[in-house]
Amino acid sequence: MDVLDVARWQFGITTVYHFLMVPLTIGLGILVAVMHTMWVRTDKPEWLRMTRFWGRIYLINFVLGVATGLVQEFQFGLAWSEYSRFVGDVFGSLLALEALLAFFLESTFLGLWIFGWGRIPKKVHLGALWAAVIGSIVSAYFIIAANSWMQHPVGVVTDDETGRPLQVDFLAVLTNNTALAAFSHAIVAALMVAGALLVGVGLWHLRRRKLAEAPTTDVDHTVWRRSVRLGGWVSLAAFVLVALTGDWQGKLMYEQQPLKMSSAEALCETEAPASFSIFAWGKLGSNECDDVHSITVPYLLSYLAHGDFSTAVPGVNELQQEYAAVYGETYPDDPSFGDKAGEPIDYTPLLAVTYWSFRLMIGMGAVSAGVAAYALWATRKGRVPTSRIGVYGALLAVAAPFVANATGWIFTEMGRQPFVVHPNPDVPVEDQVYFFTAQAVSPGISAAEVWTSLIALTLVYGALAVVELWLLTGFVRRGVTTGDGAPVPGSTPEGTPDDDVPGGANGPRSDRDDDVLSFAY
Amino acid sequence: MDLQTLWFAAVAVLWIGFLLLEGFDFGVAALLPVLGRHTSDRHLMLRSIGPLWDGNEVWLITAVGAVFAAFPGWYATWLPALYLPFVLVLFGLIIRAVAFEWRHSHHTPAWDSSWTWVITTGSLIAALGIGAALGATTLGLPIDAAGNRVGGAFSGLGWPALLGAVAVLTFSLVHGAMFLALKTDGSLRGAARAFARRWAPVAALPLLGWAAVVHLRYGTPVTAALWLLAALAVLVAWARIVVGREGQAFAAWGAMLIAAAATIFGAAYPVVVPSTVDAAFDVTVADASVSDYTLTVMTWAAGFGLPVVLAYQAWTYWVFRKRLTAEPVHEEPVEAPA
Repeated sequence: MDVLDVARWQFGITTVYHFLMVPLTIGLGILVAVMHTMWVRTDKPEWLRMTRFWGRIYLINFVLGVATGLVQEFQFGLAWSEYSRFVGDVFGSLLALEALLAFFLESTFLGLWIFGWGRIPKKVHLGALWAAVIGSIVSAYFIIAANSWMQHPVGVVTDDETGRPLQVDFLAVLTNNTALAAFSHAIVAALMVAGALLVGVGLWHLRRRKLAEAPTTDVDHTVWRRSVRLGGWVSLAAFVLVALTGDWQGKLMYEQQPLKMSSAEALCETEAPASFSIFAWGKLGSNECDDVHSITVPYLLSYLAHGDFSTAVPGVNELQQEYAAVYGETYPDDPSFGDKAGEPIDYTPLLAVTYWSFRLMIGMGAVSAGVAAYALWATRKGRVPTSRIGVYGALLAVAAPFVANATGWIFTEMGRQPFVVHPNPDVPVEDQVYFFTAQAVSPGISAAEVWTSLIALTLVYGALAVVELWLLTGFVRRGVTTGDGAPVPGSTPEGTPDDDVPGGANGPRSDRDDDVLSFAY
Repeated sequence: MDLQTLWFAAVAVLWIGFLLLEGFDFGVAALLPVLGRHTSDRHLMLRSIGPLWDGNEVWLITAVGAVFAAFPGWYATWLPALYLPFVLVLFGLIIRAVAFEWRHSHHTPAWDSSWTWVITTGSLIAALGIGAALGATTLGLPIDAAGNRVGGAFSGLGWPALLGAVAVLTFSLVHGAMFLALKTDGSLRGAARAFARRWAPVAALPLLGWAAVVHLRYGTPVTAALWLLAALAVLVAWARIVVGREGQAFAAWGAMLIAAAATIFGAAYPVVVPSTVDAAFDVTVADASVSDYTLTVMTWAAGFGLPVVLAYQAWTYWVFRKRLTAEPVHEEPVEAPA
């Protein structure tokens, strides 16, 4: 593999990994803030327990998201310096604004929330959590605006002198329709991740307690039951919104990146009306569209693309020729294209990746919604399910929305290849801004360097994943504190403001384990 | 002042803010094996930076983000030229961040001391690496006319990087000790004060040396005055810590960093990456900058955003302003020297 391929694998691995933490941070952050709000408003102990239990999981996960997010900000420069130079006038400012307007909010107020129990007024303390959660959401907005600009560059003209995009309309970049669709899609998808976690863990605890004949009248029972109900409804509502925003995105994609969507369908020839593919076989891996056969639903694709049952949807073969006619049959014979200089350009993204990642995304989203519906039905009117398959299935299905999130991004990023900045078809061809991935990589670095960092980062990330999963499963297993007058944060006497263990400073360590948000600094 | 100069200054301010804030948490973390001989002292040290380190680190993200946003040519030359050193910095920052949170997610002495060790190691790597990167970008990197590094993967790590690395580390150690003297009470306060008193004059030398080299190469009378101010601040900081005025000593030590860094950035301007191959290949503010339109947009955003950030960050420091004392819980001796 040359530098380009290694650098792409590195970007893919580190970004997909980072995006395992991100949706959980965003989704669970919102739900923990809701729980905390309910506690402040009602003063009911179950809301406090929920805030502390889910809050701790939120924090264990949050820090890994922060740590792996650091890599993101540096790697555009480290491995993709030509990309950074090319897009500098637009892209960098969005990253800087994300740091200034979102990361400060997130990190500062989260620190205040963690250490502020019992130290600042209750409502201010709640406000600190909301500020942190809003910070996460704002950060998602800026980074998606940056990504969407690569999918659909708006607000720029070409600088005649350098050939690079020159920003002329910042507001257009912020209100890019691609960004608005992708942002709303990502936020509701994040809620599905959090919802699935609440459902899976809650059902598992409810079943375990029932088999152990634990009382159904205590606070713990209420905690798990409410977690399942809240998670289930959030998942279902979010699924509807995911479908709606996904449909919006799909229609934009047909206008902006037709080849991506046709590759997602392995639709070789233009069809009118076009059918939606359910399952494909044949030589998808050869990237020759004609080798692919699939089972299809007639008319559906025309509807997804255009909202009617008749309009033609262009096929991969035709689009490939159109692109080649406009953007060239071969890469320019220029050293900036590295090994690819002078080589023919394949405008069709890897069909196997686009086709299956698209189906996995939709399929896993549907699985998640199905599990949520099952959980709501199985816990109706105070019932507790004891079905081994149902409960362990729900626990396993916690992974489903994570997979859906990851494959969604893999689809949208791989589907834009061979471009890193895809041309905007709304703009006349001669004014279009675009950039091939092949010319984006840092020219000064060696494959050995990128291999070193790829292997090192992958190993570190792997080790961190093991620790994170071990910590989370251990924590989930232990569950919430059991009754018996565990210290209640927020009711700490004023006299001990420097005590990070509210109400429990003198207790032995084992007691402190119960205190979910207290940290034994 | 034109927008490019303004943004060069803004980038300098962000790096100074980062060193000023993260500097003390790097220092406290690095001093854990030195001053935290007892469990209770180590916990006290970690508590003193616990609510603050993450907010401090955002200054780094913002500084790097601002370099990319305002001077992509600087970002795209500097980072790949020091590819592996930067990856090492990221490694240090990653393990340090997770260690801060994961350390208290499970309770056994071995778990605790392992993650404490990780915090120290990660902080040392990050402080040294960032110092090296700053040393290199102000004193020179082996870059050609296109801004690409010549030589091997480590050709960027010459004496400038070494000087920067040592300067940031020794500054941080004393900064951390002064912070502990200011923020804690009991035996730790005394130990931290003694450390700062003993090492402050020596620890300032690499940073003053770095500033002197940059000044002698490019400086102006203004940077000469700034350098003298930095040297004076060291004396003030030392004199104040000797008489036990911790707040004033901490402030003076911080003023030393501000003056020294202002000397460095002020003298280097308008060069952002000097080339050690040929001065004609130097990357300047004008070469590296984005358009005036983009700088204007960012000026408005930062003009509104930064004061708000400063206000709420200052407020959290105010909330956590009290001196911390060790918890009256079991004292266990450290089982193994970290």
